[in-house]
Amino acid sequence: MSTTSGVATGEFAQGKPPLDPGKRKSLHDGSGRKAAVLIAPTIVLLAIVILYPVISAVSQSFTKDAGLDPATGMFVQGGFAGVTNYKLWLLQDCGSGAFSCPPGTLGSQFWTATGVTFLFTVVAVSLETLLGFTFALVMHRKFKGRAILRASVLVPWAIPTAVTAKLWYFIFAYDGIANKILGTEILWTGDGWPPKAAIIIADTWKTAPFMALLILAGLQVIDESVYEAAKMDGATAWQRFKHITLPLVRPALMVAVLFRTLDTLRMYDLPKILTGGAGDTSTLSMLVVDQVRTGFNAASALSTLTFLIVFAVAFIFIKFLGANVTEQRAPKTKKAA
Amino acid sequence: MATTSRSTSSHRGHTVTASGVEVVQHRNVPAAVLTYVGVVLICLWGLLPFYWMIVTSFRDVGFTFDTTPWPTHVTLENYTTAFSTDRGNHFGRALLNSVFIGAVTTVVGLVVGVFTAYALARLEFRGKFYVLGLILGASMFPGVALVTPLFQLFTNIGWINTYQALIIPNISFILPLTVYTLTAFFTEMPWELEESARMDGCTPGQAFVKVILPLAAPGIFTTAILAFTAAWNEFLLASQLGGDKVQPVTVAIASFAGAQPHQEPYTAVMAAGTIVTVPLIIMVLVFQRRIVSGLTAGGVKS
Amino acid sequence: MFGKPGTSFATRKISFTLALAATGVLALGACGGGGDSGGSADAAKGGNTTGPITYVQGKDNSGIVQPAIDKWNAAHPDQKVTLKEQTDQADQQHDDLVQNFQAKNADYDVVSVDNIWTSEFAAKGWLQPLTGDYSLDTSTLLPATVTAETYNKTLYAAPTTSDGGLLYYRKDLVPTPPKTWDEMMSMCSIAKQNGIDCYAGQYAQYEGLTVNVAEAINTFGGSILSEDGKTATLDTPEAKAGLDALVKGFQDGDIPKQATTYQEEQGRQSFEDGKLLFLRNWPYVYSLAKTDGSSTVKETFGVAPLPGATDGKTGASSLGGHAAGISVYSDHKKTAFEFIKFLQSEEIQKDWLTKGSAAPVIASLYDDPTLVQQFPYLPELKTSIENAVPRPVTPFYPAVTKAIQDNAFSALSGSKSTDAALSDMQKSVQNAISGGQ
Repeated sequence: MSTTSGVATGEFAQGKPPLDPGKRKSLHDGSGRKAAVLIAPTIVLLAIVILYPVISAVSQSFTKDAGLDPATGMFVQGGFAGVTNYKLWLLQDCGSGAFSCPPGTLGSQFWTATGVTFLFTVVAVSLETLLGFTFALVMHRKFKGRAILRASVLVPWAIPTAVTAKLWYFIFAYDGIANKILGTEILWTGDGWPPKAAIIIADTWKTAPFMALLILAGLQVIDESVYEAAKMDGATAWQRFKHITLPLVRPALMVAVLFRTLDTLRMYDLPKILTGGAGDTSTLSMLVVDQVRTGFNAASALSTLTFLIVFAVAFIFIKFLGANVTEQRAPKTKKAA
Repeated sequence: MATTSRSTSSHRGHTVTASGVEVVQHRNVPAAVLTYVGVVLICLWGLLPFYWMIVTSFRDVGFTFDTTPWPTHVTLENYTTAFSTDRGNHFGRALLNSVFIGAVTTVVGLVVGVFTAYALARLEFRGKFYVLGLILGASMFPGVALVTPLFQLFTNIGWINTYQALIIPNISFILPLTVYTLTAFFTEMPWELEESARMDGCTPGQAFVKVILPLAAPGIFTTAILAFTAAWNEFLLASQLGGDKVQPVTVAIASFAGAQPHQEPYTAVMAAGTIVTVPLIIMVLVFQRRIVSGLTAGGVKS
Repeated sequence: MFGKPGTSFATRKISFTLALAATGVLALGACGGGGDSGGSADAAKGGNTTGPITYVQGKDNSGIVQPAIDKWNAAHPDQKVTLKEQTDQADQQHDDLVQNFQAKNADYDVVSVDNIWTSEFAAKGWLQPLTGDYSLDTSTLLPATVTAETYNKTLYAAPTTSDGGLLYYRKDLVPTPPKTWDEMMSMCSIAKQNGIDCYAGQYAQYEGLTVNVAEAINTFGGSILSEDGKTATLDTPEAKAGLDALVKGFQDGDIPKQATTYQEEQGRQSFEDGKLLFLRNWPYVYSLAKTDGSSTVKETFGVAPLPGATDGKTGASSLGGHAAGISVYSDHKKTAFEFIKFLQSEEIQKDWLTKGSAAPVIASLYDDPTLVQQFPYLPELKTSIENAVPRPVTPFYPAVTKAIQDNAFSALSGSKSTDAALSDMQKSVQNAISGGQ
């Protein structure tokens, strides 16, 4: 199926002259049209499911939430809000100036939630990357029973998040198996550091396989002859890892890290089921859900802010960490320096 | 090493025998031991909590909170409860729904994703970076905030409780990752092979399908597994946009109820979790050959 | 170096792309459609006819609803009722109802609402007021169940099930159950002698915490909201006495520290394992503690009403339970109304109790000797529900419960003093019921 349509679109695009007469005739015109045809389905799908909700969220974030009419006791439409909904989150302004939201209101939790979301993301993604890379290196080796290893690495990833969260909730209960094995009496879903550790452990367990799979695939497209050549040149194992494996696996690694980061920044199910937000473990997405139940417009502002925060992280990633998948690599040098 | 020097013969010549492992297996005994220690640790990491899930799933509901580390009060009751339809649960049907939704999502998502990734990796056109940014942007909006607008949209077009209401959002969720992964892999491919194929008379499409796709097989199969798993795991939208007929397993599990209000059906949920995990493991075992041998199996020259 | 060439150029471009994508979205934003958040103008527009309807409720865990519907359908072939089951999770049931009300879904004719949602749905104009043609005789019902469904002096839903907290105790160790909170705390020495924990309820950070904290505050004579629901009343000595009772329990170790992770099930587990002298929980524990294979207290536990603040006054349980409301968007409200009356009928209420242990809303059933024989806890449960206080009846309930949970959890886990927690709770509850305006 992909064969025929790929060919068809290719010929179609090439056979036709550029429609826009003002356009410079160049090699790029033909591939531009072809590219447009190839990319269009993706864009259309994303527009329906993502772009429409994003636009509607942004527009609704400038409307006040419905308020109660004291005379009738019924809700009435809120009217234009200006940036009130944004001030609620950014300045924790519940109506009487900055930081007027008392503890226990959602408005007071924006920065805490942002902080804890970043904490989860930084710690969990780092651990997942380290573990995932290690898993992938071991999985890449040839030895008997490799299939079993691959399957067992993937088990955590295969269990639906909702079940994973329940499983860990069960494991981390006070009278649960974790405390029994460790011989501790830790309140894993209570206050302080344990709930944060519990969430990070459960998330790392669940998603390290994702990293491992992507990195493994990256390892497998590396031509073995590169290693052979490096070995002949007398490169040590560490040198080969540092100068061949790492650079060549980098595109796959960056994609894995980038997507894990974006996903963890939007984490919801796991902390929701595991701790319900106890011990300041409410993530931004949990805050969004709580706010949707209280007022949809302020929630739209919060979704938009979350979007912008995630956007900023992605921006930094691509600008400073080079998570750029289309970057054509210069021809690789042969020798490990 | 220069990508240009990647030739057909070098592929065939080395992949089967040569690997870093050789060093480990023949020259370096401690490293081999280390590998197996690592293997055992990794298996324990992945399997211990899963083991606990299985142990719990076979435990009598009256002993739900027993913490004996091995199976006690063993019963199959949780599995029959999971599949029983007495209380209006249709776990079996939900399993089929999930397989169907996951399969369609994966196939359509991959085809669409391969087109886009090909264009991004292979074609020069203006606005490439805008496209990449836009696609990535789809992974930035909190998923929980999509429910209400999509519910309203799908209500208006009569899609609530239909397969497409679940499949189309799923495809959109997997597309950013699919496109990025595939683009990363395609970019790494030695395109000189495609060019030589075209000189042999292949159209660009044929050259792509016959030369590049097989080379990218590890990436494609990996992406397929990730995509399928993502669709298999989706819960939030399915619980609101779906209905009885199209309900996937994740929602079916959330519908499990204890025999009493407030009673948590842990043992049945663990049984259901075990059932749901097994097909994916089988899929991975089936596909893993392809993942492993993608480079050679496709046959670079056909 | 590996991978470096070309990076800066490429990244600058893609960064710019991202920026542009974002601004594009922002600019387009102004064209988006408006939401549907409230407005009661289009409520109650006709639809007072008969015909087939759908009844929506959470998972029917004990399999009692479909038989009731079958009974109805046999008697009303032209007005058939179809059951639509939601998931077993309360939050999702709530959200599903909201989505369908917002979409003005006429297929959600009769909906089962948790009593804490009624005022929200009523104030949004989604529930048909039970007045005029739809007025309901509530004289046989337990009064608290009716109060919980009454918003703005109007009844909006018909109570169908009830629930109240009970005190489970070890009658082998404590022959007579405590009547007051202080008495119970003084019995904690017995627990200590036996090497077990004394008392627990549900203090994890979730809805159950609001239930337990509201119980404590109400028991000591305080309240969360004023009668008209417009003022928070947590700045009173009574409210302080209530919260303090729990905080002191934790400080003295009479309530074990792990109770801050307890939902219903963990407390039940601890009690059944014989590790707890007293447990506050719902009636469902009764049959499980009698039958669970792992229960070590099958023959040695008893039930009592919750202890009060002073002798002669039982504790004020928070009220659980559901009610059936009629959607204003229903086309067959007449059938819907008849159907909710049917759900409240003695026949169905009795069926639901005997087959599904659902606490009935009809007062007289609690005194029925055959039923009491089957459910020995019924007299205690009746006392509990008669003294029960609904959780705050306010359209802003989600924000109110959040304010209570967060601050109470800080107080119970010791990271905030009772005074600070109550003062924050007062402010945040007040903020919540002002609608964030």
